[in-house]
Amino acid sequence: MTIVFDGVAAGMLLFLISIGLSVTLGLMNFVNLAHGAFAMLGGYVCVLLLGQAGWPFLLAVPTAAAAAALAGVVLERTLYRRLYAASHLDQVLFSIGIVFMSISAAHYFFGARQQPIMLPDFLLGQFVLPGIDVGIYRLFLIVIGLGLAYGLHWMVRRTRFGAQLRAAVDNPRAARGLGIDVDRVFTLAFALGSGLAGLGGALGVEMLGLDPGFPVKYMVYFLIVVAVGGSGNIHGSLIASLMLGLFDVCGKYYLPQVGAFIIYAVMVVMLIFKPQGLFGRSAAK
Amino acid sequence: MTPAALDLSPLRRAAAWHPAEFAFWLLPPAAYFLFPDYLALLSQIAITALFVLSLDLILGYAGIVSLGQAAFFGLGAYAAGMLGKYGWGDPLLGLAAAAGVAGLIGFVTSFLVLRGADLTRLMVTLGVSMMLFEAANKMTDITGGVDGLQGIEMKPIFGAFSFDLYGKTAYWYTVIVLFLLFLLARRLVNSPFGLSLRGIKQNVLRMPAIGAPVHGRLVTIYTLAAAYAGIAGALLTQTTQFASVDVLAFNRSAEILLILVLGGSGSLYGALIGTVFFMVAHHFLSDINPQYWQFWLGATLVLIVLFARDGIMGLGRAAVARLGRKAP
Amino acid sequence: MKLRNGIGIAATLFTFACGALAADPVKIGLILPMTGPFAAYGKQIDHGVRLYLAKHGDTFGGRKIELVVKDDAPGTAGDVSKRLAQELVVKDKVDILAGFGLTPSAFAVAPVATEAKKPMVVMNAATSAVTTKSNYIVRVSMTLPQITAPVATWAAKNGIKKVFTVVADYGPGHDAEGQFKKTFVAGGGEIVGEVRVPVKNADFAPYLQKVKDTRPDAVFVFLPAGELGVSFVKGFRERGLEQAGIKLIATGDLTEEESVDAHGDAAVGVINSFHYAEAHASPENKAFTEAYAKAYPSDRPNFMAVAGYDGMHLIAEVLAKTGGSVDADKFVDTAKGMKWMSPRGPISIDPATRDIVQTVYVRKVQRVGGKLQNVEFDHIDEFKDPGKQ
Repeated sequence: MTIVFDGVAAGMLLFLISIGLSVTLGLMNFVNLAHGAFAMLGGYVCVLLLGQAGWPFLLAVPTAAAAAALAGVVLERTLYRRLYAASHLDQVLFSIGIVFMSISAAHYFFGARQQPIMLPDFLLGQFVLPGIDVGIYRLFLIVIGLGLAYGLHWMVRRTRFGAQLRAAVDNPRAARGLGIDVDRVFTLAFALGSGLAGLGGALGVEMLGLDPGFPVKYMVYFLIVVAVGGSGNIHGSLIASLMLGLFDVCGKYYLPQVGAFIIYAVMVVMLIFKPQGLFGRSAAK
Repeated sequence: MTPAALDLSPLRRAAAWHPAEFAFWLLPPAAYFLFPDYLALLSQIAITALFVLSLDLILGYAGIVSLGQAAFFGLGAYAAGMLGKYGWGDPLLGLAAAAGVAGLIGFVTSFLVLRGADLTRLMVTLGVSMMLFEAANKMTDITGGVDGLQGIEMKPIFGAFSFDLYGKTAYWYTVIVLFLLFLLARRLVNSPFGLSLRGIKQNVLRMPAIGAPVHGRLVTIYTLAAAYAGIAGALLTQTTQFASVDVLAFNRSAEILLILVLGGSGSLYGALIGTVFFMVAHHFLSDINPQYWQFWLGATLVLIVLFARDGIMGLGRAAVARLGRKAP
Repeated sequence: MKLRNGIGIAATLFTFACGALAADPVKIGLILPMTGPFAAYGKQIDHGVRLYLAKHGDTFGGRKIELVVKDDAPGTAGDVSKRLAQELVVKDKVDILAGFGLTPSAFAVAPVATEAKKPMVVMNAATSAVTTKSNYIVRVSMTLPQITAPVATWAAKNGIKKVFTVVADYGPGHDAEGQFKKTFVAGGGEIVGEVRVPVKNADFAPYLQKVKDTRPDAVFVFLPAGELGVSFVKGFRERGLEQAGIKLIATGDLTEEESVDAHGDAAVGVINSFHYAEAHASPENKAFTEAYAKAYPSDRPNFMAVAGYDGMHLIAEVLAKTGGSVDADKFVDTAKGMKWMSPRGPISIDPATRDIVQTVYVRKVQRVGGKLQNVEFDHIDEFKDPGKQ
């Protein structure tokens, strides 16, 4: 049972660090490989606020997300918006450029070492129930992940902003004609995506570590989640993350010889049977 | 319409050599004399160019995005390395074996890869290459793992030219192989086969309607590109006498994608020029600032995207077009 | 960009012009990972080398030292390292090759050293076989078996009967696993489980749970320095393995000074064996750590900084003894059997293997004056690489 719980928690961590990309790549159709750079920014802000400024953890994490969202707005206004119409490959080149710059900048300001993070005492340790050991931080991640998934789903499907966003992506000209301020919608959506990245980065430091290589190290995982989940689908990303986390953790427990194989094998098999992702709409072209 | 009436003259015109191309291919011999101290770098540029060319064939001409070309590069590198280790160190034999192994695996995996949309293809190619990487890493006894395959020995080419410290042999060897394979690729893309690939890239639904076997064409080009990548890998092993699991690493696949987009995909010269530009920029930036060169490289990429769509070749074409307008 | 290149070229030309005025300097080509996942290695070694030059002047045997640093990131791609070595020899005309963060880079460059007849000073790469790849290689760092065996010996002697091993799934991990098993079983212990974890691993939960369910006396860990170690140690505490009566023993990479702060208090109590600790008590180390803190206030010196420092010391001593000769055979002959007092303790170069002989310490992580330190409590003197026996 403990293994199942750990698998769910691992999946939720995957979900948290990838969900922002699901917004930018999935909903906005922008191949933002710099997603990890925003996550890293969130991580560093969180570590700095905790370590240097002595802020409480529960305050530092949302501030980190806000900082990443702000950086997202600035970059979107100045650079990203020029590339909405560009080809996907140009977007790849551009966002990789951003990744390179962010790695060097992090290296310059914070050095190459791992950053320390101290969780508050109430998130440490685990409590033992019959047949299952529950890590408190893991439980915390699961709760936040579920809350986010529900909130985002509700926002995209049920709110006016969600409707405007979907309209603006599907057909910007028609959306403009209907009086939707497309530019503003895109800026907000981008801020949302990068803010979520920052949130994932801040929450992930405890388990993933934080050094300047972060944006590249976990890029593959972000992409796996979005591809398997079907782009643009919050629900799909959540299910995909949970499945990948469960397979990965259980595989490593019962078949440790196979190790890193599992996550890639699961991905390839899923994509062969469901080439559009689990809940994909049409192709992300 | 009978085949005899088919007008192939546009193809023939495209296949004719432009004077600028002759000039371009004079550069490698010139570089040999101009930069004798940089031959090691220049050979690596030639190898990378061939590797990028392999991606260009599938991405630029057939529209198959891939983040897994390193799988074939690595297979080729290991094929040549294994032969060298067990006493079959003849370089040309190594190239043939590498092309064979990589092509075969390319053919087999093409059936997995050619499904789904861009993102799916991207991730399946990535997944296949990562699994290969993990397998090679697991089999450290055979592959040498991270530390590298030990005891690779290369025989002289044609029994006469052995690989030297200054990299003279390696340079001519890589450049000539690159040139020959470039010629083949050039003929291919300007043939009716190449034209049908471009048709598939532009509109995959309409091609079957004019009788083009889409799937077969894609399998063929994917296999061929795999063989190209394999040869590039073999060249790397042979000129450095070193192969470790790093030849299968994700960052190699990502780097060539970057170079190709930078140079301009869908143009063979884009692949070559992109490689030269990227490798030279990388080299000098990291020499000047070994710790933070990535920043300047990143900034270059961002600026290029902002001011030049379709890579360096796109920039070149735009410049030519503008000149053409000014001087009617 | 063009402008920057231009400035760079101008700067290079300027250095050339200045170099030509001085009397024939000795050029050392440092091949190190300065960016990418192993950037911290390159930084520490570079610091060590420069610290030595800052402290002892830069002229030895009548010749000035000139450094040329090349970034061979990612550090695992032998082809890149080899190309840079060729370039250093052919274009920059260096006299000595040095650095080498990781084994593949040393393996790939060894033939260049042999062919070009250049001394090659290895300042980290820790696979046992490195020194056998060229007769011009001298190693001043450590070997993996050398730092693994002592903790196995210690465990066998101190009431630990059953051990579960957890190593990273790549060459060095396999070596550490093999050496630990060999020494520990020879000492009467039993291996009750072993697992190899992927080098890219986000979550140790399944492995830790497996260890917990097996209930060994201790778990032996070898992981490359960095986020893997941090994640493992934190998970070890979170999951309450200590309360379950399981000890954590490791090689010193796990809690080396550069990454131990990221572990936080979770690292306290980890027992490990290694050849250098910042907390090592000796006048040489005191001078070294103080100078280091002054020169690089935001970093802590670790074993790699010391290896860079000692590597530079070796080069300086050889130059002083040979009157500035950089002939490779002479260099290696002079280096063989050389003994000196390093910040890590007494060390020497084995004349037979050109590998390092040094004291390896068994340490325990504690808080000393608010800082996490590896405190030495046992040691094996003049310990040679057991991997070569």
